[in-house]
Amino acid sequence: MEYAEILHRCFRCGYCKLPSDYTDLNCPTYLKFRFETYSPGGRMWLLRAWLNDDIKTSPRLAEIFFSCANCGNCIEHCVFPEFKADLLNAFVAGKEELVNEGAVPPSVRDYLQAMSLHGNPYKLPEAERGSWAEGLGLEPYTDQEYLYFVGCAGAFDERGQKMARAVAGLLKDWGVSFGILGAEERCDGNEVKSLGEVGLFDKLARENIQVLQNAGVEKIITLSPHGYHAIKNEYPGLGGDFQVYHYSQIMGSLMEKEKEFKNDKPLRVTFHDPCYLGRHNWEYQAPRNVLNALPGVTFTEMDRTKVNALCCGGGGGNFYTDVIGSGVDSSARIRVREAAEVEAEVLAVACPKCAKMLEDAIKAEDLDEKLRVMDLAEIVQTRLG
Amino acid sequence: MEEIYKELQKIVGAEYVSNHAEERFMYSRDMGTMLPSMPDLVVMPDSPEEVQKVVQLANREGIPIVPMGGGLVLSGLTRPLKGGIVLDMKRMNRILEVNEVSRYVLVEAGTSQGMLQAYLKRHHPRLKHSCPDAPPIATIGGNVLIHGSGHLSHAAGFHSDMCNGLEVVLPTGEIARIGSCSTSPYWFSRAPLPDLAGLFMGWDGTTGVVTKLAMKLYPDRPFNDARVFITADPDLVPDVINRLAGAQVGEDLNSAINYRPGRTNVFPIVIITYGAETKEELTWKRNLIRESVRKYIDERTGGFVPFPPDRRKAFLQAPNTMLTQFADARRGGGFEYVGSIMPIEIFGDAYRAGVQISNRFDIVNGMGARVIGLAHCMMFFFGYPFNRADESDVERAREALEASNEAALKLGGIPWKAEAPAQQQIIKHMDPNTFELMNRIRSVLDPKGIMNPGNWEVN
Ligand SMILES: Cc1cc2nc3c(=O)[nH]c(=O)nc-3n(C[C@H](O)[C@H](O)[C@H](O)COP(=O)(O)OP(=O)(O)OC[C@H]3O[C@@H](n4cnc5c(N)ncnc54)[C@H](O)[C@@H]3O)c2cc1C
Ligand code: SF4
Ligand code: SF4
Repeated sequence: MEYAEILHRCFRCGYCKLPSDYTDLNCPTYLKFRFETYSPGGRMWLLRAWLNDDIKTSPRLAEIFFSCANCGNCIEHCVFPEFKADLLNAFVAGKEELVNEGAVPPSVRDYLQAMSLHGNPYKLPEAERGSWAEGLGLEPYTDQEYLYFVGCAGAFDERGQKMARAVAGLLKDWGVSFGILGAEERCDGNEVKSLGEVGLFDKLARENIQVLQNAGVEKIITLSPHGYHAIKNEYPGLGGDFQVYHYSQIMGSLMEKEKEFKNDKPLRVTFHDPCYLGRHNWEYQAPRNVLNALPGVTFTEMDRTKVNALCCGGGGGNFYTDVIGSGVDSSARIRVREAAEVEAEVLAVACPKCAKMLEDAIKAEDLDEKLRVMDLAEIVQTRLG
Repeated sequence: MEEIYKELQKIVGAEYVSNHAEERFMYSRDMGTMLPSMPDLVVMPDSPEEVQKVVQLANREGIPIVPMGGGLVLSGLTRPLKGGIVLDMKRMNRILEVNEVSRYVLVEAGTSQGMLQAYLKRHHPRLKHSCPDAPPIATIGGNVLIHGSGHLSHAAGFHSDMCNGLEVVLPTGEIARIGSCSTSPYWFSRAPLPDLAGLFMGWDGTTGVVTKLAMKLYPDRPFNDARVFITADPDLVPDVINRLAGAQVGEDLNSAINYRPGRTNVFPIVIITYGAETKEELTWKRNLIRESVRKYIDERTGGFVPFPPDRRKAFLQAPNTMLTQFADARRGGGFEYVGSIMPIEIFGDAYRAGVQISNRFDIVNGMGARVIGLAHCMMFFFGYPFNRADESDVERAREALEASNEAALKLGGIPWKAEAPAQQQIIKHMDPNTFELMNRIRSVLDPKGIMNPGNWEVN
């Protein structure tokens, strides 16, 4: 297995379970399950034991591995500089081995099956990929400056679609030159890769690259940080070099041009950093610039923020596979409690997966009266009039 | 065990009990050199009542039970030597009360060092607790009960000295309170009552499961600094420490030496950290520290190392991550140390014993000492990194540790948080009546011998 040579170097000291000021547990699966086995160090030791045949393949082992949310907290906080960057690579390599053995939890199997049969986890015809844009009058990509890439959640998930439309609406209002691929878009593959199905990821990525190259795309705006990550960091290795922006990175400069925000009603907002924008790509400022530029908006940080943000629990495919599951100790629920603690009215997000995870958590926590989830574009839209 | 498993599920909830191979593997070992020993079950209670029910069940059925906090002692004390239940205490991590005026905090035993530190910083920024240099996930309970020490130990002693009282589930299932909390609603001290806390400290989880503890808090000063003194002669270190301590301004006083076989000149450094309310006070304290060891500066047998302020700050980091990083010295993920509690005056002899052991086993030795109280004693450690993937390297470290235990005892020190074989070495040196008394106490507290059996026992 790739990265097998670093497994024994983990001391299992547990720095990786925590944020930098040690406030509370910050690895979403350890937080939920609490057995040492579900901690990053536990995974390192188990993987080594499994490769050495000290433990056998089992449903429990699969659950331990596939519940990892790929949030990157362990990479950020491990105190061993020589190998920390590869922790997650090792976990993904472990998942790849389990996928090859066919030893995956049922929900992961279903997800991967849907992906290979239908091309999306929703088991919907790929021909419907563009229907999120209906009625918006968006143009197919021809030779505009940007391609707007929405990904599976933006295309098929009800909450994601709302977000995809809000972002598209704003881009349009602001006169950005962009087009969409509609039914031609393919899954970005980020989740497939994070679940260790590397072959399928390759296929999806190459298909996307082909379509994008054929269309002559150079610049891409993504809705999802997951797509942003895959296209920016994984596609170049497969021959796809594009300038990639997450939509929050485009908004800042566009807002500078905005003469007048008509609505300046006071609104208390906090922001949840998505792992694939934050810890995986070090973009912490762009979304904050957006919020700080809005009149009437009081921006307040939660306890855990930026490199220390607590993942919503939807990464690593968990948005679809739900291996982490719910319950009072699920990170999404803890996260909305944190947002409520800073007395925010709006929990701002910049990822369709976070939006759904946190919205569900608000319901589960009975916080609907106090707190709602809005994506950056939705907030900006309400301020425009 | 299937019946027990079901009963445990009823007590703590199905998701917090495991008999899976994965958990049994993980909880059978720690990061040190001791060989694994499998539990049958791992259980994670959430309240004293749950602990009580688990203990009652174990007592009824005669099943061994091993409390575990962070599992970071390195000496294998949380391995269930005779199987049974490992009780992972880290779900019990609530901070229950801070008394700002009488300066104490009441926590559940599984509260992590890091969480308490962060909580105090946020909610009581003028107060701090004494943080060990263990990784921050180490628990308050686990650390206090092994007589740990940390960043305020020079000012205030062992962490067990800083404990104002306990709540404990006895091996027969009763819940008892020790200290002022047994008689008063306050957790202010263990005096003036008979000090029963001694029944649980230093026993390595063999006398009960502690569920709550109150710990003393200390001022968190806004200005902090560290000074580093170096001398070529390890035999001068006891007097240097004694003088630095005599100034009575330090919070933490440590020594560090890194020895590689084949090297000749290794200079011990002594690090003193101190805090102050104002910059002027900091300068004043700095001068007191300097004056305390002026003799050596004048004689040119020692002096302060002129680190720039930002480098000096690294010595103030609590916990200090350097110690943890020692585990990768051989790109190997492992180290273990024999800490031994010793009088200060044998520092030089301990150092030479360490050098000799390193040369004998051809192994790197990170040595050092944390001064406890005003040079009242020290925790002198011999630490050996090893490569976890190389069994012969692990074995070498194990042998070096055993030799270090022997050396410490021979010199008049006592191995701290000793692994099971080292406990037997200690018992051999111990007054037989003392050991007999220990056994008598233990059989009264734990008639069925269920608490962490295999520890503090003679084979
Ligand atoms: C890198 C490194 C640096 C270290 N530096 C220091 C240091 O500076 N100072 C220091 O003091 N130590 C230090 N240690 C040693 C170790 O970290 C401490 O021993 C640690 O704080 C112990 O806490 P724990 O929660 O991990 O205890 P564990 O290892 O889980 O348990 C220790 C013992 O206490 C028992 N126990 C645990 N919880 C309970 C309970 N609730 N009731 C009854 N018995 C219980 C266990 O059965 C076991 O015998 C260091 C260790 C490492 C790895
Ligand atoms: S991954 Fe790094 S921080 Fe986590 S336990 Fe292993 S060595 Fe420690
Ligand atoms: S990536 Fe996140 S969920 Fe996965 S082990 Fe690391 S901290 Fe835990």
